[in-house]
Amino acid sequence: MARAGAGIAALVAAQILVPLGAVLVRAGGGSGLGPADWAAIRFTVLQAGLSAALSVALAVPVARALARRRFFGRGLLITLLGAPFILPSIVAIIGLLAVFGRSGLLNRGLEALGLPGLTIYGLHGVVLAHVFFNMPLAIRLILQGWLAIPAERFRLAAALGMGPREIGRWLERPMLREVLPGAAMVIFLICLTSFAVALTLGGGPRATTVELAIYQAFRFDFDLGRAAVLAIVQLALTGLAAAAALGVARMPGFGGGLDRVVERWDVGGRAARVADALSIGAAALFLLLPLALVAGGGLAGMTALGASVARAAAVSLSLALASVALVVALALPLALAVQTWPGKAGRAMEAIGHAGIAASPLVIGTGLFLLVFPVADPQRLAMPVTALVNALMGLPFALRVLVPAVAGVESAHGRLATALGMTGWARLRWLLLPRLRRPLGFAAGLTAALSMGDLGVIALFADGDTATLPLQVYRLMAGYRMAEAASAALLLLLLSLALFWAFDRGGRTDAAT
Amino acid sequence: MLQLDALEIAQGGFRLAADLTVAPGITAIIGPSGAGKSTLLAAIGGFVAPRSGRILWDGRDIGELPPGKRPVSTLFQDQNLFPHLDAFRNVGLGLSPSLKLTAKDLERIRAVLARVGLEGMGGRKPAELSGGQQSRVALARALVRDRPVVLLDEPFAALGPALRAEMLDLVARTLGGRTVLMVTHDPADAARIAGQAIVLEEGRAAPPAETRALLADPPPGLRAYLGS
Repeated sequence: MARAGAGIAALVAAQILVPLGAVLVRAGGGSGLGPADWAAIRFTVLQAGLSAALSVALAVPVARALARRRFFGRGLLITLLGAPFILPSIVAIIGLLAVFGRSGLLNRGLEALGLPGLTIYGLHGVVLAHVFFNMPLAIRLILQGWLAIPAERFRLAAALGMGPREIGRWLERPMLREVLPGAAMVIFLICLTSFAVALTLGGGPRATTVELAIYQAFRFDFDLGRAAVLAIVQLALTGLAAAAALGVARMPGFGGGLDRVVERWDVGGRAARVADALSIGAAALFLLLPLALVAGGGLAGMTALGASVARAAAVSLSLALASVALVVALALPLALAVQTWPGKAGRAMEAIGHAGIAASPLVIGTGLFLLVFPVADPQRLAMPVTALVNALMGLPFALRVLVPAVAGVESAHGRLATALGMTGWARLRWLLLPRLRRPLGFAAGLTAALSMGDLGVIALFADGDTATLPLQVYRLMAGYRMAEAASAALLLLLLSLALFWAFDRGGRTDAAT
Repeated sequence: MLQLDALEIAQGGFRLAADLTVAPGITAIIGPSGAGKSTLLAAIGGFVAPRSGRILWDGRDIGELPPGKRPVSTLFQDQNLFPHLDAFRNVGLGLSPSLKLTAKDLERIRAVLARVGLEGMGGRKPAELSGGQQSRVALARALVRDRPVVLLDEPFAALGPALRAEMLDLVARTLGGRTVLMVTHDPADAARIAGQAIVLEEGRAAPPAETRALLADPPPGLRAYLGS
C-alpha cells in the first residue's frame, strides 16, 4: 500500500507536469505579451492585493470580538464561518447580486431615497465577492492567533493594571504582526486563481484577470498559443505567491478548538461592548444575508426547474462522486506512504500532493486541452478531465486531513499491529480503515462539495449541450433568467451541503471510538 | 532457552549491556526508572534494533526477524487492544493477523475467553469492559498466540493493588510454563510470582538470580532503589 503511494505520487506529479509541459511547448511558439495581457496581470494582482488587505483588515475587529465575548449562538457562528469553503462560488455570487446587484436590496433602498444606484460589476464587485469568501477564513486564522495567547498573559496584564491600549501594544499587536502577513498571503493566493468571480462580476478590458483571459482566449478567439502564454504567466504568478505564502503562512487547519473564550479584565467598558456587538453583527449580516436571499428567492421556483437543470444536476452529482473516488484512491495510499517514509521522501510526496494549490485549474485544463486536442474531440472528454482536475484540486485538502490522522493511528496502535504481524491488507482492513473512517468521510465530503460547486475547467471543455449545475446556473444568469438561476443555485447549494453532510455523517455513524 | 549474547543497546546517550540466559518460568526485571527495563523488552520484541550482539531462542538467532515473526508475545503498558474491535476479534488477531478464522479457531477463542473469566463477553468492545477485563482480553490473546516467550511491560500498572495481584496470579496460572519476562517497579509483584529476577543497574543487566535471595540481601544499587 505504501509502495503504491510512491507510484501515486509519481502519477500525480505527471498529471500536473505533463499538462504544464504541453503548455510550455505551445507557449514557445506564441507571441509576447500584448497591452491587454499586461492589463490583465495588473488587474489580477491589484484585485488580489485589495481583496487580501480588506479581508484581513475587516476580520481583525470581528476576530477580536469573537475572542473576548461570550454570547448565544457564538459556536454556531464560528462553525458557519467555515462554510464558505464548501459554498459553491456561483451560489454566493447570486446571493451577492441579490443584495448589491442592479435590482438588489441596496439599490432599491437607494432608489427609494432618491439616490443614484451603484453597480457591482468591475473591480469593486470582484473585491466585494472575494472579501465575502475570504473574510471568514481570515477571521478564523486571526481568531486562532488570539486564542493562542496564553490566558495567563491577560491575567498578568490585568494584575499590572494594563488597560486596552497597553494590552494592544504588548500582547495583541505582536500577535497580529505574526498572523496577519500569513493570512493575507493565503488569501492573495486564493484570489489570484479565482475564476467564477472574475467570470461573473469582472470582464471587459478594465476588469479581466489572467485566469479569465485564458478562458476568453479559448472560448472567443480559440487562440491556443495565447492561452498557453497566459497559462505560463498565471503559473509564474501563483508559483511566486505560493512560495511567498509558504514562507510566511501556516496553512489554515480545519481543527476545532475555537470555542474557547479568552478571559479578559480590560474590556468591560460600554464603548468596547458596543464596538464588538457592531463588528459581529455587521459581519454576520454581510455573510448571512446573501445566503438567506438565495434561499428565499430560489425557493418559489424550485418545483418549476426545467429538464436542463435536472440533467446538469445529475452530471454534477456523478462528477462529484467520481472525484471523491479518485481523491480517496490517491490520498489514502499517499498518506500511508508519507507515514511509511518519514524524512525527505515523505515530505516530497506530500509536497507533490499539494501542487494542486499552486497550479490553477484553468492552467492544468489548458494543458490537458492541448494534449487531447490533436487526437480527440476535447468536448467528449469534458467529464473525465473535469473529474480529474477536481480531484487534483481536492487532493491537498484531503491530504491535510488524512496525513495527520494516519500518523495518529500509527502512533497509538501501530506497535500492537506490528507485534501481531498485521501487515499489508490485514493492517489496512483491521486497523487503518476502521480508525480512519471519520477523517476519510470528512475528506470525501470536502471533495464532493468542492467538486459539486466547481466552475472552472468545465467552462473550457463543455459544449452547448452538456453542463454541470454551476455552469448551468451561470448560463441562466448570462441569459438574464435570474429567477430560474436563483432556484438552480438553491438546488446547487442544497446538493453540495447534502453531499458534504452525507459523507461526513457516513464517516461518523458507527465510527470506531 | 532465551539467550542474550553480548547484547548492547544504545539510544542517544543511553546504554544497556546484557549477556545472560533466561530459564523457562517467570523472571522479573527490576531496576530504577530510566534503567532501560522497557527498552530491553523492546529489543527482544523487535521494536528497538540493538547496536551489537545477538538474541537467541533455542540457539537460533531471532534478531533479524520482524516483530510479528518472533517467537514472542508482548503485553505493552497501554494500547494492548484495538478500540474499534470487540474482545473476540482482538483475541482472534492472535491466531490470524488478517482475522481469517476457522471453526476450530472460533472454538479456541471461546474457550480461552472462558479460561480468563470472560465467558459471554466476546462481543464487547474495550470501552465496554473494565480495566481488569481489558487486561484479561490481552492475556487471552497472548494465550492463543501460543508463543514460547511472553514479555510483560507492566501491563497491569494501571490496576488497583487487589486487581493487579489477581492478574499476576492468573498470569502465573496460565503462562507459568513459558519463558515470561516481567517488568515491574514493585518488588512485591516480583516476590509474588517471579522465581527469578534480573536487576538492571548502571547500564548493565545482571544474570537472573533467585528473587527471594535478591530481595532478602539486595546488592547496593538495588538496595538504594528499594530504599530499605
